[in-house]
Amino acid sequence: MVKGQEKKMARKKAKNNGAVEKKLVGVADIVITAAERSKDPTLSIPVRSLANVTFDEKRGMIELGRRKQARSFFNVGMAKKFMQTVLVADALAELQRADLTTSLREIYYRTKHTIKNSHENTFDGQNESDPLIEDLEVTLAALREELHVRAENSGTVVGPVVFTDDGDRVDCTRLGKGGYSVPSIVEPEYIQITRCTADFVLLVEKGTQWNRLSEDKFWRRYNCILLTGNGQPPRGVRRLARRLHEDYNLPVYVLVDNDPWGYYIYSVVKQGSINLAFESQRMAIPKAKFIGFSSADPDRYGLPRNVGIKLNDKDVNRAKELLKYRWFQKKEWQEEIKRMLSIGLKYELDALANKNFQYLTKTYLPRKLKEKDWLD
Amino acid sequence: MSKPMLKSNTATAETQPAEPKPTLSAAQMGARQREISVSEFFTKNRHLLGFDNPRKALLTCVKEAVDNALDACEEAGILPEVIVKLEVASNGEPPPPPSQASRFRLTVIDYGPGIVRQQIPPIFAKLLYGSKFHRLRMSRGQQGIGISAAGMYAQLTTGKPVQIISRTSAKSPAHYFEVQIDTKKNEPRIFENKKIDWESHRGTQVTLEIEGRYQKGRSSVDEYLEQVAIANPHVKIVYHTPEGETKEYPRTIQELPPQPREIKPHPYGIEFGMLLKMLHDTKSYSLSGFLASEFSRVSSNLAQEICKAAKLSSDSRPRNIHGAVAEALYKTIQSTKIMAPPSNCISPIGEKAILHGLYKQIRGDFYTAVTRPPAVYRGNPFVIEAGLAYGKGPEQAAQEAPKVALAEGEQQDNDNELARVIRYANRVPLLYQQSACATFKAVLDTTWRNYGVAQSRGALPAGPMVIFVHMASVWVPFTSESKEAIADYDEIRKEIRLALQECGRRLGVFVRRRERAKGEFRRRNIFELYIEEVVEACNRLKGGKLAKQKLKEQLQKIAMKRTGGQKTDELLGRDGGGPEGLPHSIIVTAEGIEGDAPALPGDAASDAAPPEEPLIAVEPAPAPAPKEKAKAKKAGKPGKSATLGKKNPAKVEPPSAKQMTLGFEPTATTAKHGQGTGKKDGAKKSKK
Ligand SMILES: Nc1ncnc2c1ncn2[C@@H]1O[C@H](COP(=O)(O)OP(=O)(O)O)[C@@H](O)[C@H]1O
Ligand SMILES: [Mg+2]
Repeated sequence: MVKGQEKKMARKKAKNNGAVEKKLVGVADIVITAAERSKDPTLSIPVRSLANVTFDEKRGMIELGRRKQARSFFNVGMAKKFMQTVLVADALAELQRADLTTSLREIYYRTKHTIKNSHENTFDGQNESDPLIEDLEVTLAALREELHVRAENSGTVVGPVVFTDDGDRVDCTRLGKGGYSVPSIVEPEYIQITRCTADFVLLVEKGTQWNRLSEDKFWRRYNCILLTGNGQPPRGVRRLARRLHEDYNLPVYVLVDNDPWGYYIYSVVKQGSINLAFESQRMAIPKAKFIGFSSADPDRYGLPRNVGIKLNDKDVNRAKELLKYRWFQKKEWQEEIKRMLSIGLKYELDALANKNFQYLTKTYLPRKLKEKDWLD
Repeated sequence: MSKPMLKSNTATAETQPAEPKPTLSAAQMGARQREISVSEFFTKNRHLLGFDNPRKALLTCVKEAVDNALDACEEAGILPEVIVKLEVASNGEPPPPPSQASRFRLTVIDYGPGIVRQQIPPIFAKLLYGSKFHRLRMSRGQQGIGISAAGMYAQLTTGKPVQIISRTSAKSPAHYFEVQIDTKKNEPRIFENKKIDWESHRGTQVTLEIEGRYQKGRSSVDEYLEQVAIANPHVKIVYHTPEGETKEYPRTIQELPPQPREIKPHPYGIEFGMLLKMLHDTKSYSLSGFLASEFSRVSSNLAQEICKAAKLSSDSRPRNIHGAVAEALYKTIQSTKIMAPPSNCISPIGEKAILHGLYKQIRGDFYTAVTRPPAVYRGNPFVIEAGLAYGKGPEQAAQEAPKVALAEGEQQDNDNELARVIRYANRVPLLYQQSACATFKAVLDTTWRNYGVAQSRGALPAGPMVIFVHMASVWVPFTSESKEAIADYDEIRKEIRLALQECGRRLGVFVRRRERAKGEFRRRNIFELYIEEVVEACNRLKGGKLAKQKLKEQLQKIAMKRTGGQKTDELLGRDGGGPEGLPHSIIVTAEGIEGDAPALPGDAASDAAPPEEPLIAVEPAPAPAPKEKAKAKKAGKPGKSATLGKKNPAKVEPPSAKQMTLGFEPTATTAKHGQGTGKKDGAKKSKK
């Protein structure tokens, strides 16, 4: 049974490869067609900035607007970028044909060379090639995973779930404290969820809290899947949470530090990011809940003021920006953020250890879950 | 305050009784007094005259002989041609390589007026003997101490006498002399004196054997001769180096600079002691007569006025004026309004000649020159001239393009080369004590950043650039007797600054326009380069089944249309008009040369053969006919290999006369400047 499913997925993968390759070859076609008509070859690339995203209230996610920017070859300011974009498209097409995945860094090395008859490099640093990959993602409406570009594996998962990865069965209840390292590409063509009996997903911002919960076997007691992305969760982790949420109807709870960055991490999981707004459809989890750490919690859980950290100017500015985002306009959220600002302190989850080492596992989360004390 | 004073008082009080008895009586001391001859003085103080160390001594000897040759030719109205020969001297043994040698034989030949027989011994073997000291006229030598000091240095270090051959005309015989100084008496001793056959009809040859050290680079003989050539384009120099090469510095201006007039001192330039001496020495019988005849710009009317103002009779005998009366006279003179001295006593090099000199010797992209109007310091008229040679020259720049693509984090190492200042006083290069010189200070004072050239605080502007500064005056104020740096008078500094600012302003115009044109050029270039890349990538994307050439041509056509081919040339100012409307400037690009650039004589013709012209032509060489000039111009521009750019140690200096460096390592001589004449250039020239 598992064999059959794998085969089906392999076929699907091949078909998808062909489609993505076609999109990439389209870049060459733009050049050829324009040249034939004596026109300046121009790529039209969706603008990736706050100004060009809209928040779809109904669907609860950030969406890319319609604004595009023209990247023309015969414009001194853009000529090099245009040329680089074509080179990156070429390298990505090569990956499709060879059915390989690679990293951003390797794309950089693959496309770097000396321009003929000159002493100029095509690329001088990875910072020049990375944004072009994102440009192509949005322009061609192809996910990075579909382009076969992976990020670092920096997520971990434990709990009652079983995957099939390259034909290997991975039972996440039998992986000790360390858990399973979430690959950066978790599309069904690569990873299949074979079994899942959990009741919910707990996505934890920091590895330290995840370790605490894993060590205390919190997942067993509360029958949940523990996921972490070590900070801003990478695409693989977000995508996995989304799949568990969609395919198995699991609620997703997000546990982050109480600071503006924690709020933003939560919002990225829930509504998608500004930079990659076009991926929201596949990444966002509009029903995800913010379980903590809330600015109301220190009071509620009796945390002393002296384990807080004074908000610095950057924090304050960032918080004020968040207040203006359309997806933070709910009354509770405005209160939440304003409360943090008026207290003037931020709290790390680690501060709960001030009570006792297992306060998070034994008191904080159980009470939160029992009281259904979360923000939407 | 009072404490230390008290202390010192007590100290003297204590020491007085303990003072030791004098060990020498005044009579004994008196017996020791002796006269010191100038030669003896010089023997002990040779550093005062530029013989401090073997390397500098070698240069000083060359300098004294060459300066004299040029002075003599110019004064006699003969276009100067000088041959300098430097050989390693050895007593029979195989000579060491020049860089190891410690003894050299220097021969300098000119085809000038020659020296009459009886003057030869004192000129070369008596210190403070010369024709230039007692007059106020612009010349290279001043004190009458130059060549005889070199001769004495030879005598001191090698014991060899100075050998002279001189002839004054084809009709008179050539005289050969060997002389030395009797240092006690400061009188010549003649070892040899005979008539000989000499191939030249006219001129002087001096040979000195001296201890020295030959090393190229800064402040070297080579640098000196090259700088002479820059400031004296009417001079032809042939230099036989100790390494057996022949370097020829061709003449690019075929006429002599105007003869500077001799003037009388201006009253403002006279010091009190000098006035006393003049009062004493004068042949005039009346004060007013003295004033009117011994000074410039003092008419008899003005002389009467001065006498009146000083409350002196205009008939008083000058010899009787001294003490307080003389002081009153001096003060009155200084406060009387007197016209500035005439400036025809100075003969500036001139913008055209400076431009030619720089262009001939230094490879660059832009040249300009400024001659200021005459000005006066302490009663001495002077003229400041400045020039610039900027850039590396088109082919040098092309050569230096980076050879390898850079790795991540690497940077193009922009050489932090600084500009070089070349300084002159009365056409003589100053090679030592740069930082003490008013010219150097004025260069630092100039805000080069205003003209598009980088400059760190308190530093020279960034190179590649050569800054030329010349002060011409009847009396150049040096900071010391070794004549190496110009003293820092406000009037002088101000003139230098003004000259540099004008040069800078023109450079700024050039740099800004070039930047703009470069932008256009770069645009076109960028597209060319990127088209290749894009076509290749498209071809790969299309699975290698693309009509590459067709796509490439299509894209190139679009690129040309978009950058407007003609416009770049317009921006460069190549559509007629002067070199970008800049006066006294030359611009060199890969496409050609604009502005009044001199024609450099072809290399093949003038290299090998010894100079013929002076042997037959007794008269000063006439300027070539205009027809010849036009022909010469077409010859392009060989013979120039000095660069402002990087060192190029890999290249070996070929034995060619065209090798000229400006204190930099030699580069190949084969590279021609500006590729001869560009299309546009040629068109322009033929119009003339
Ligand atoms: N090559 C020469 N040809 C003609 N006259 C010369 C030559 N060299 C020197 N003299 C004469 O000898 C004089 C003394 O020369 P020098 O000792 O160098 O002193 P200075 O050049 O300072 O006058 C000069 O003033 C000049 O009249
Ligand atoms: Mg002299």
